[in-house]
Amino acid sequence: MFPGKTITQLKSLIDEKKVSASEVKEYFLKRIKKYNAKLNVFLTLDEKSEGGVPLAVKDNFCTKGLRTTASSKVLDSFIPPYESTVTTRLKKEKLLIIGKTNMDAWAHGSSTETSDYGPTKNPWDITRSPGGSSGGSAASVSAYLTPGGIGSETAGSIRQPASWSGVVGLKPTYGRVSRFGVIAMGSSLDCPGPLTLNTEDAAYLLSIIAGHDPLDATSSPLPTENYMDEMKKRKSYTIGISEDYFEGLDPDVAKAIEKSIEVYKKIGFKTKKVKLLSPNYAISVYTIIQRAEVSSNLARYDGIRYGNDRTTFGTEAKRRVMLGTYTLSHGYYDAFYKKAQKVRTLIINDFKRVFNEVNFVIGTPTPITALKLGEFAKYPFFGELMDKFNEPAAMAGIPAISIPVGLDRSGLPIGMQLMGNYFRESDILNASYQFEQETDYFSVIKKGIENYKD
Amino acid sequence: MKQYQPVIGLEIHVELKTESGMFCQCKINQFDAEPNSHVCPVCLGLPGALPVPNKKAIEWTIKIGQALNCTINKHTKFDRKHYSYPDLPKGYQISQYDEPIAVNGKLQIPIINFQSNSNNQLPISKEFRIHRVHLEEDTGKLIHKGSDTLIDFNRSGTPLVEIVTEADFTSSDDVKMFLEELHTIIRYLDVSDADMEKGTMRMEPNISVRVISNNQFPISNQLPISKSQLPKYKVEVKNINSFNFVKRAIDYEVKRHIDLLEKGQTPIQETRGWDSNKNKTYSQRTKEDAHDYRYFPEPDIPPFEFSDAYTESIKKTLVELPHQKMNRYIEIFKLKPMDAYTLTRDINTSDYFEKVLSNQIATSPSAPRNDMGQAIANLIINKKISTELSIEEFIKEATELLKPKETDAKLLDEVALKLINANPKVVADYKGGKQGAIMFLVGQVMKEMRGKADAQTVISTLKQVLK
Repeated sequence: MFPGKTITQLKSLIDEKKVSASEVKEYFLKRIKKYNAKLNVFLTLDEKSEGGVPLAVKDNFCTKGLRTTASSKVLDSFIPPYESTVTTRLKKEKLLIIGKTNMDAWAHGSSTETSDYGPTKNPWDITRSPGGSSGGSAASVSAYLTPGGIGSETAGSIRQPASWSGVVGLKPTYGRVSRFGVIAMGSSLDCPGPLTLNTEDAAYLLSIIAGHDPLDATSSPLPTENYMDEMKKRKSYTIGISEDYFEGLDPDVAKAIEKSIEVYKKIGFKTKKVKLLSPNYAISVYTIIQRAEVSSNLARYDGIRYGNDRTTFGTEAKRRVMLGTYTLSHGYYDAFYKKAQKVRTLIINDFKRVFNEVNFVIGTPTPITALKLGEFAKYPFFGELMDKFNEPAAMAGIPAISIPVGLDRSGLPIGMQLMGNYFRESDILNASYQFEQETDYFSVIKKGIENYKD
Repeated sequence: MKQYQPVIGLEIHVELKTESGMFCQCKINQFDAEPNSHVCPVCLGLPGALPVPNKKAIEWTIKIGQALNCTINKHTKFDRKHYSYPDLPKGYQISQYDEPIAVNGKLQIPIINFQSNSNNQLPISKEFRIHRVHLEEDTGKLIHKGSDTLIDFNRSGTPLVEIVTEADFTSSDDVKMFLEELHTIIRYLDVSDADMEKGTMRMEPNISVRVISNNQFPISNQLPISKSQLPKYKVEVKNINSFNFVKRAIDYEVKRHIDLLEKGQTPIQETRGWDSNKNKTYSQRTKEDAHDYRYFPEPDIPPFEFSDAYTESIKKTLVELPHQKMNRYIEIFKLKPMDAYTLTRDINTSDYFEKVLSNQIATSPSAPRNDMGQAIANLIINKKISTELSIEEFIKEATELLKPKETDAKLLDEVALKLINANPKVVADYKGGKQGAIMFLVGQVMKEMRGKADAQTVISTLKQVLK
């Protein structure tokens, strides 16, 4: 009925009364019911609410009256009495939160395998992970169970699953989108963002969810831009290429990124070699700061409220709480947390310097394509290492996007990443849109959807 | 012989009376409200809720810092202080660690001798240093009912100011006077009810006792004591809600420590509670289970930079503080120190006093009496006229009361003579040098004349006759 239609297309159809909102809702509900058992995307569905185009929302966004678990049994029966700012804004624009999607428990992971409700399967190959932690939302878009989704990332949890599931994932600047009502993982890092079928939808969702929120003291008072309009202006940019961001890439991934650079050159973008701090530094800095904040943020689940005690926490959460507690302990704080914050400042300054020379730094969110389920559990800190190309942007708080740029030898999607300067989402979306217009790479997405017939 | 000297520092918590909470919009100070009726996701610490700092609370903390002569830090931030307790819904308290709003202050308190009736001399004062003033959120409240413990989160997220002094006190009397002065200042600033019954002001003394050997005599009360001279332990007595209990707790502890020291033992470092029924402290927590609070900067609240213009604008709103006001009353209105002290304990009383005085002077047809200030002070302090009256009514009554009594000179002469003759012993005493004896006669005269005589005139007449 609506094969592969984007959010903006469906919205037009509804606005022009060519279809009714409830027809659209029923269509996607049917698809969800058909494929959810196979993919394990949704933890909770809201079949009653009416609205416009349905979206899949990661289960760490509080939704009033609708169960919100962050994929942890600790919150198995938590029904929030309040609504996150992001979902409030989406609802106000008549978007329908049709259900809450699976994720790594508390967003701790890059595969959805730490979920207490079982892993989500990658729609491209159900023996593989869709990536994480926003794996449920990414898979929902990838299998077209919804035309779009909302995720959040601390360091890669939007970009990496977008890359592995073959969709568009945008991580906005820290503070551009309110964190109010988003169950905190790393408070100084968390960024909500869209997962979509194309750039236009990413711009559309961003234009709804971005902007100052008086309920979040870290949200930026800077005005937002008209992302939809800015996206369509033909602009020329300089792309920075840093060798360190090409280290250890799978040859197929490397080839795809190099081809992408050629595309940009062809449409008149300049390229420039830049030298950035090795992303390896970001791994340890990120690990320390994130674990410290996690240990603090999970302290509220003390067994007194929510009906489940602390033994309900999964292994990964326990590990993180212990490590974070250790790094904040008396006598270790200076050696770990404080030092990590200093290096973080260096990373920030490093990006600021480079963004004086170039508009973007290009790379990939992840050195390899989707892994088989079970691989992550074999190596401790594997997620942190896999996410090393995501962590610098997270530490610096700059925006970045992952867009599909082809398939590897096994037919799995490859993501290309553009990192941009603070609050330059419109530039990132513009460059992404131009790429989309110039190539047929985004048809990767359609190819994925074809496997999931109505 | 060993000598002992108490070394005492104080932590004082004051709940601010802002309209809304420290980090949320809930109405605070709802003491009579149903439990958990003034709560929201933020003060309940629900998942995803975020704190948004209350500007007024920050402003008022700066004001307290300024009133205590502190340096206001230009750069300040909130930190998370972690500990696990059922009344702390987030598992951490948002507080301030290494960059509090105000530091390095001092407070001079007047030492009033209530026995002395000396006039017009500014009383001596003592100075105590303020270590820091910071802002944090209050916790919920546990209510024990039978075998159940219930939690009321109405208080959770109330702005709470913590004032920490240096260990500058050597006696419980000084502590009490300091606390009373601080209490008065907080009330003057109009930032808190500082009501101890309701727990909006709570006090925690840190107590230890220093051993001084013979060659250090005389014991110097000169403070500060250098860090190396501080005892190696201290005992904290938690959450006391009356000045008298603080004094008693200190006295109890000092004696307990001295007894232990006499036996050659060192008191253990611990936290103790005060049992006001048994009049003693009891152990709550020892050093072994001391918390590691794992402070780190609160990532949900960006740090603050205060401009000079901002802090100056707050400073401009500072009212004249009780100590300065008292000195002014002594110097300008020539009040007795004790009365100046009494009048300045409550800003409403002192405001009333000054209004009466300025109106009285403005409306009086004749030149003001130079003891008018003291006369009005007496009327207010002795409750001769109610301060519930309007200023105009008060002045009317005061004018009546203070009018010099018209004395029937002829009658006075008669009565004086009569009483002198009737009291030969008193007369003899007076003439023998007992000046005070005349007051007996004054009383008798006043009684005889049914008060219709001016006391000064009576005295001078009696003296005249007795010459």
